[in-house]
Amino acid sequence: MQRIGVFVCHCGSNIAATVDVKKVTETALMEPGVVHAEDYQYMCSEAGQAKIAAAIAEKNLTGIVVCSCSPRMHETTFRTCAERAGINPYMVEIANIREHCSWIHKDVEEATKKAVILMRAAVAKVNLNTPLKPGESRVTKRALVIGGGIAGIQTALDIADAGYEVDIVEKTPSIGGRMSQLDKTFPTLDCSACILTPKMVEAAAHDKINIYTYSEVEQVSGFVGDFTVDIRKKARSVDMNKCTGCGLCQEKCPSKKTPSEFNRGLNTRTAIYTPFAQAIPNVPVIDREACIKFKTGKCGLCSKVCAAGAIDYEQKDEIITRKYGAIVVATGFDVIKLDKYDEYAYSQSRDVITSLELERIMNAAGPTKGHLQRLSDGREPKNIVFVQCVGSRCADERGKSYCSKICCMYTAKHAMLIRDKYPDVNVTVFYIDVRTPGKNFDEFYRRAVEEYGVNYIKGQVGKVCPEPDGSLTVYASDLLDNKQLRMSADMVVLAAAIEPSASVRQIATMLTASIDTNNFLTEAHPKLRPVESPTAGVFLSGVCQGPKDIPETVAQAGAAAVKAIGLLAKDKLMTNPCTAKADELMCNGCSQCANVCPYGAISYETRLVMGPGVRENRRVAVVNNALCQGCGACTVTCPSGAMDLQGFSNRQIIAEVDAICR
Amino acid sequence: MPMNDNAEFRPKIVAFCCNWCSYAGADLAGSSRLTYPADVKIIKVPCSCRVNPMFILRAFEKGADGVIMCGCHPGDCHYSTGNYYARRRMTLLFSMLDYIGVEHGRTRVEWVSAAEGVKFSATMNEFVEKIKSLGKNVRLGDLRCRS
Amino acid sequence: MQELINRTKELLADGTVARVLGWRRGDLPTNPEPAYFNDGESLSEFVYNGFCGANLSKYMIEASELDGRTLVFLKPCDTYSFNQLLKENRVDREKAYIIGVGCKGKISEASLNAIGIKNVIDVKGAELTDACDTLTIETLTGNTTCAYRDAMLERCHVCRGKEYVVYDELIGDSADTVDGDRFDEVRKIEAMSPEERFAFFKAELSKCIRCNACRNVCPACSCRKCVFDSTKFDSAQKANSDSFEEKMFHIIRAFHVAGRCTDCGECSRVCPQGIPLHLLNRKFIKDINTLYGDFCAGESAEGATPLTSFTFGDAEPGTV
Repeated sequence: MQRIGVFVCHCGSNIAATVDVKKVTETALMEPGVVHAEDYQYMCSEAGQAKIAAAIAEKNLTGIVVCSCSPRMHETTFRTCAERAGINPYMVEIANIREHCSWIHKDVEEATKKAVILMRAAVAKVNLNTPLKPGESRVTKRALVIGGGIAGIQTALDIADAGYEVDIVEKTPSIGGRMSQLDKTFPTLDCSACILTPKMVEAAAHDKINIYTYSEVEQVSGFVGDFTVDIRKKARSVDMNKCTGCGLCQEKCPSKKTPSEFNRGLNTRTAIYTPFAQAIPNVPVIDREACIKFKTGKCGLCSKVCAAGAIDYEQKDEIITRKYGAIVVATGFDVIKLDKYDEYAYSQSRDVITSLELERIMNAAGPTKGHLQRLSDGREPKNIVFVQCVGSRCADERGKSYCSKICCMYTAKHAMLIRDKYPDVNVTVFYIDVRTPGKNFDEFYRRAVEEYGVNYIKGQVGKVCPEPDGSLTVYASDLLDNKQLRMSADMVVLAAAIEPSASVRQIATMLTASIDTNNFLTEAHPKLRPVESPTAGVFLSGVCQGPKDIPETVAQAGAAAVKAIGLLAKDKLMTNPCTAKADELMCNGCSQCANVCPYGAISYETRLVMGPGVRENRRVAVVNNALCQGCGACTVTCPSGAMDLQGFSNRQIIAEVDAICR
Repeated sequence: MPMNDNAEFRPKIVAFCCNWCSYAGADLAGSSRLTYPADVKIIKVPCSCRVNPMFILRAFEKGADGVIMCGCHPGDCHYSTGNYYARRRMTLLFSMLDYIGVEHGRTRVEWVSAAEGVKFSATMNEFVEKIKSLGKNVRLGDLRCRS
Repeated sequence: MQELINRTKELLADGTVARVLGWRRGDLPTNPEPAYFNDGESLSEFVYNGFCGANLSKYMIEASELDGRTLVFLKPCDTYSFNQLLKENRVDREKAYIIGVGCKGKISEASLNAIGIKNVIDVKGAELTDACDTLTIETLTGNTTCAYRDAMLERCHVCRGKEYVVYDELIGDSADTVDGDRFDEVRKIEAMSPEERFAFFKAELSKCIRCNACRNVCPACSCRKCVFDSTKFDSAQKANSDSFEEKMFHIIRAFHVAGRCTDCGECSRVCPQGIPLHLLNRKFIKDINTLYGDFCAGESAEGATPLTSFTFGDAEPGTV
């Protein structure tokens, strides 16, 4: 029989205001196994923990029930406290009487009744708890960063600077990501390439960083400290060791009609290409879909002009299998498709563009060499209208419910840059709210309005109509003046919402990392563990976790790196002791459990089984504790109940059921 | 046991919640102060695939009026595939319960993510209403009565 | 039958097999029972006729532990059970010498009783020598006849076919016995109101005396230790008449064999109370076929079962 202590927390008034904590404490003393019960203001405080430790010593307790907040908050706190006081941490159970009780019920009598039942269920469970001991597993001292944008680059640099090997996997032919497509950055207006390129070069030159571009993560197995990852290095058709990056092949390539991904399809590129001049590595790839040699077998011009003999049409995809201790996801974002926003005439008029397209137009290396012009006729626009929140803060299914966070600032930047370079161009911005929380952000926006004379109008654009003369008529409402507006523009720029890169779903599935309804990766805790995924050993960097600008991304990238370094610095990890365990006396050896194990943790052995009246060689299931993550799928598949889950055993759960239904 | 017609019927409801999504969703409902009836009591399991049909039948046999299981949305299981197995098991089990004449609606599965506190609370409110409309569960307790 | 005995004697004599698993004449002509035969002499007791409904595949679990090969006679439907056990590593294929025997449908005394023929003393016409048309039954109240078909087990009317999915050799002819749809009975129950369904199952399951015959005969229900006998779930509470196991036994049993049950019908055949237990198993089979695609347990000794696999777009619980 256990000797159980029940500790009821008031959580200030959070619990005590709705739950009669004294009543819960008194009732606890009547439960089987309970030898001690007390309540206290804040159990998680040092004084509260001291009370638990004292009771353990005094009453010789073997099990603890803490009636308090969610185990997701303080289970670890109380387990550590118990361990320090000399009892096994897995002899502690939490009855969640705050989130699941006091916070949602108003009636004291009702809430108290429920709290008593939750306490009973926890006591019933602890009565069947057994001490569990975590196993140990090793840590591979190498990190994988998925995504080679500014987030991935910064994370990789920070981890590498701490002395650990890092691999970056980037799916496009070059690292650099979205930031490399930007012209200037807010709020300082320095040139994006000027601050990004040195980082790219530093990453490429770092002796601890290894970059796989034009590569994708194909498969992930294993667990924290010991991931095994298959990386598919797509065939580049160019030998990276031989190529000198002279660029002659691109000049001569006769296939020139493929829309340039880097320039958002505003111009075209050749079949053999590097996405942009500062690309790292400066080695082109052959787009096999566009290449005439691959399509018809004829051509081969690039091969003929390549003095280094680097062109290799026979190159195959390569699978690289590597072990990693930590994985950082930095898959970034894309702009949403605007095909459902017909009212803005994005698909109808070439002069309706997204802000990212404007970045390319304004960039000196862009399709117009940095000259602001209409894509339809090349004329310089005189009236530009910016539309904010296109698909952001959107109530319907076409867009996203969240705020994309960066649009207010980059629109102020665009407006300012245009007014600076082309003072006679009229710039109007239609906004719902201008959101500028950030260092020097509001000052930046005020400058756009006050110094640069950008015309900000609070209101949403209802419709953009392309006119026969090539101009665009913008219909909008001015909410402050409460009137309908109709104005002529010759360029409309849409601040399209950003969304997580499409590849993130697949990556999340491979990593068993959770994602939210908007496909952003979920943090282990939204406030206290913002750069960790709930899946141990997986960290989040950049926009894959939520919209953010460059300074925030870099800050988070550094934070993710520190978390990864903290993990890699350990020599050994303690494994979760709540793993499955087969009772070999009862095991049929039927293999059904192995079929459902997602980790391949169950194998079969023929071994001598001994028990009452049994002494024979049998085929039995054996669980690898380092691989088992404790989901319990096997336990339900097992008809005899030979497979059970430690910490959540059949008897424990049934005891909880019985206590609740009593 | 004669029931007092005047007393409001308070059902006993057991909710199995997976640790990673639904239990966190229930926590979020709590921290957002989204109420649902106190009749619902939550049991934490690591994954919806840990829920053995035995647990559900046990709850009914011990007097539960409704049992609901919540897990991560299909595709979002912390263990990748757990909820897919759970989905098949529960589909078949619920169909069987219906087949032997236990009222449809006493059992339910709902996928609730850690971000869906609103959904958790709404689901529980709805489920409790449903169970109240079905009244006390007698059939599962009575299935193999001895004459 | 003589052909079976002759061949068996050969295999015993040349050492191919160490023993034979077959049927032996019972205390009544209508109830032959499974038995081991260790030599040619003991085969005088051997019998194979229309009453040999017993599925011998489950006995191969223990026979796989014995030295040498065991000759086992399997009817077409029994081979599915054997294959399923093979898939679950419960039997050793190397230890079995399987003779697939012809089947013209199996009959039972219970079926005779059901058509009003009681107090049976002897039955002629069940020897399976020729076409099985008519049975001549000697009863306490005189002789009577009936069509062989009318004395057949329910399962034979909806037989899945006379193919053998695993065997070493085949002896004897089979006959098509199907004259009904396998899921008709299930559909009939599904069409009832919930109240009617509940009344039906309550009436049927209340007859159960927990003799465990269904469990013991079932080739899928073959755990070394049944969950209802173990301490693993706090489900074994013999003293308590209101206990968990009493109420939930048949549902849990059906669930445990879901996706593994070959619908051999042995549970219903052996139930002394005549509970149509196959209706529970067949409901699962019907659901599995409808929801997850046609699946036949035991058809293959490889691959996952419907409950150890899934597709991303599976039906949601409660929607069917």
